[in-house]
Amino acid sequence: MSILLKGLKIINHNNIEEGNLLIEKDTIKGITKETPQAKETVDLSGLIAVPGLIDMHVHFRDPGLEYKEDIVSGSQAAVAGGVTTCLPMANTKPVNDNSTITKYMIDKAKECGLIDLCPIGAITKGMKGEELTEMGDMLEAGAVAFSDDGLPVMNSEVMRRALEYIKTFGSFIISHSEDKNLAGKGVIHDGKVATITGLKGIPAEAEEIMIIRDILLAKATKSRIHIAHVSTKGSLKLIKWAKEEGIEVTCEAAPHHFSFDEECLLDYDTNYKMNPPLREKEDLEAIVDGLKSGIIDAIATDHAPHHIDEKFVEFDNAAFGITGLQTLIPLTLKLIKNNKLTWQDFVRLTSYNPAKILNFSDKGELKAGKKADITIIDPDFTYIFDKNINKSKSINSPLFGKELTGIAKLTIKDGKIVHKM
Amino acid sequence: MSYTKKDLVGMKDLTKDEILFILDQAEKFKEINKREVKKVPTLKGKTIVNLFFEPSTRTRTSFEIAGKRLSADTINFSSSSSSTTKGETLIDTVKNIESMNSDIFVVRHAYSGSVKFIAENTKAGVVNAGDGTNEHPTQALLDLLTIKEHKKKLEGLNVAIIGDITHSRVARSNIWAMNKLGINVKLFGPKTMLPKETAPFGCYIASNMEEAVEDCDVIMMLRIQKERMSTVLLPSDREYAKFFGLNKSKLKKAKGDCIIMHPGPINRGVELSSELADCKQSVILDQVENGVAVRMAALYIVANNI
Ligand SMILES: [Zn+2]
Repeated sequence: MSILLKGLKIINHNNIEEGNLLIEKDTIKGITKETPQAKETVDLSGLIAVPGLIDMHVHFRDPGLEYKEDIVSGSQAAVAGGVTTCLPMANTKPVNDNSTITKYMIDKAKECGLIDLCPIGAITKGMKGEELTEMGDMLEAGAVAFSDDGLPVMNSEVMRRALEYIKTFGSFIISHSEDKNLAGKGVIHDGKVATITGLKGIPAEAEEIMIIRDILLAKATKSRIHIAHVSTKGSLKLIKWAKEEGIEVTCEAAPHHFSFDEECLLDYDTNYKMNPPLREKEDLEAIVDGLKSGIIDAIATDHAPHHIDEKFVEFDNAAFGITGLQTLIPLTLKLIKNNKLTWQDFVRLTSYNPAKILNFSDKGELKAGKKADITIIDPDFTYIFDKNINKSKSINSPLFGKELTGIAKLTIKDGKIVHKM
Repeated sequence: MSYTKKDLVGMKDLTKDEILFILDQAEKFKEINKREVKKVPTLKGKTIVNLFFEPSTRTRTSFEIAGKRLSADTINFSSSSSSTTKGETLIDTVKNIESMNSDIFVVRHAYSGSVKFIAENTKAGVVNAGDGTNEHPTQALLDLLTIKEHKKKLEGLNVAIIGDITHSRVARSNIWAMNKLGINVKLFGPKTMLPKETAPFGCYIASNMEEAVEDCDVIMMLRIQKERMSTVLLPSDREYAKFFGLNKSKLKKAKGDCIIMHPGPINRGVELSSELADCKQSVILDQVENGVAVRMAALYIVANNI
């Protein structure tokens, strides 16, 4: 079974070339200017090939809250968004804090067959922040990292022990950095818009204080920490410092944090309610700079589907979060169109670095011998992000119903076409 | 009619002309309240529902009297903001009552932005009777009416708003309105009760009580919202009274004819000494009286636009 993808601009983190991609079974056979014989030939002239996107941060709500999203609909949204590998967070119901649930998730994704689903296990049992989970056992079952995302581990002792313990297994901890006391009952960023709207604010320091704590704990334990959804300028300064110190820290930013700022909340639109909240213009600019400079290692969507009824309520009562898998490409392409990022940066942030962070040696590059996970992008395709395009069960995105440019035309997973539009 | 919206959600959304128009109307309605028969048939046949998701006897009574003086049928509905315990969403509740052909909702709710949310999702006219820490427009209007009566003008006056600014919808509504009307506003309160970013208010932030009060035509003391506050904002009532409360000696810095306002209910001895609360310069009861006229105007205007 071989496929030849013809006429592509093939982009890796370190180079760009024109050519054809030959796939054999589930592996990339090579990049060539020739037109070798293949069982199937697809003409993709003028389109862009990048390594299948790896999203380090999604919420699939399965098990337990399948009415918002399940592993099947989540997988469909992923491949429609060009994402071939997803790391779902552990805040399912019940929590993914044991190998049985980890295995259930992996098996269900395999049966569906669209993506590689690599669960993130909970750090603590029931995500209560008290006792460590059986991380070794969960890693054996296929978990790749650990996080209580959605909830911070408030107890510093617990975080210390988690970092120490995980070191034995060569994995790492993902920090949802939020000082719950300081965040209080806040629902948006504590800034100008909180003053204007009377909505309670979450200070930037709620995030920064926990980031510096976790960095210091990573330093003390010589362990590895990944900071989830960085949203403030101050956070990036702290992470930059840590990297310069040689502390093993990586971080990610979500597309909404480099696309929108707090001003979007002037109208109390709950689709913009997310945690961490949309920050100030300065923070947004710092994130864009961080993506370019390498302080930010990865773009991750924090895809957080919620049922419409959970957003169609008073702002304070609305759920936090936005769907993100299918808007990852158009929002990031905007940065390329505005000359803030290059295509090579795009690949570095959406596949090459995530693969490195996760030790996926067969992913993140379009190269002979690598896994045939490939995303073909039409950067100029303009469309309305409506129910025909949306594959998630949820529509909690301010971009729903809006015009977007840039889309995954074709997504190939393990050498098979899993999405075509 | 220089007011065309079906709702009165906040002073933030109003123009100077709209504010002055409502005040004009209120002045006209005020006259009715002084008659022996305090009732006109203006809103006869209209149904006004006071939807109170947060308790408030004063504001509700004021709206109820206003509705009745205009001959509307006024009905009270109260429920806690967390009526979701029964599984019903806010909009379900609103739609239910709307189905009984209600014309106007007067809404009080514990969450900022919730009245706007209701207004956008009902055909009925909506008057905001206080939403979270966001706005309380009729309070600002009655404050403005009271100031206008005593000072015969609004533009150019110096007003100090003192106390818990962050948690005060009264402060917010007044600030937005006063900025539009050319009133100079100074703010003062403990730093724990001022928003992190005060720039959007466009007001001078005083650094102590003396400076706040200095040269003022109007001092508006705010109520400490004990129920809306986390416990770490203030060490004690005593300390508050000492540094942020108004008493006779601090008042001396203000203009001789300075008036004292308070949205009520007063924590006597904390925000205001009793001596000042009941003194000649205090216009607190005028505010209450004007509340009815302003609310009649608000209901009338909204009723005309649905
Ligand atoms: Zn998180």
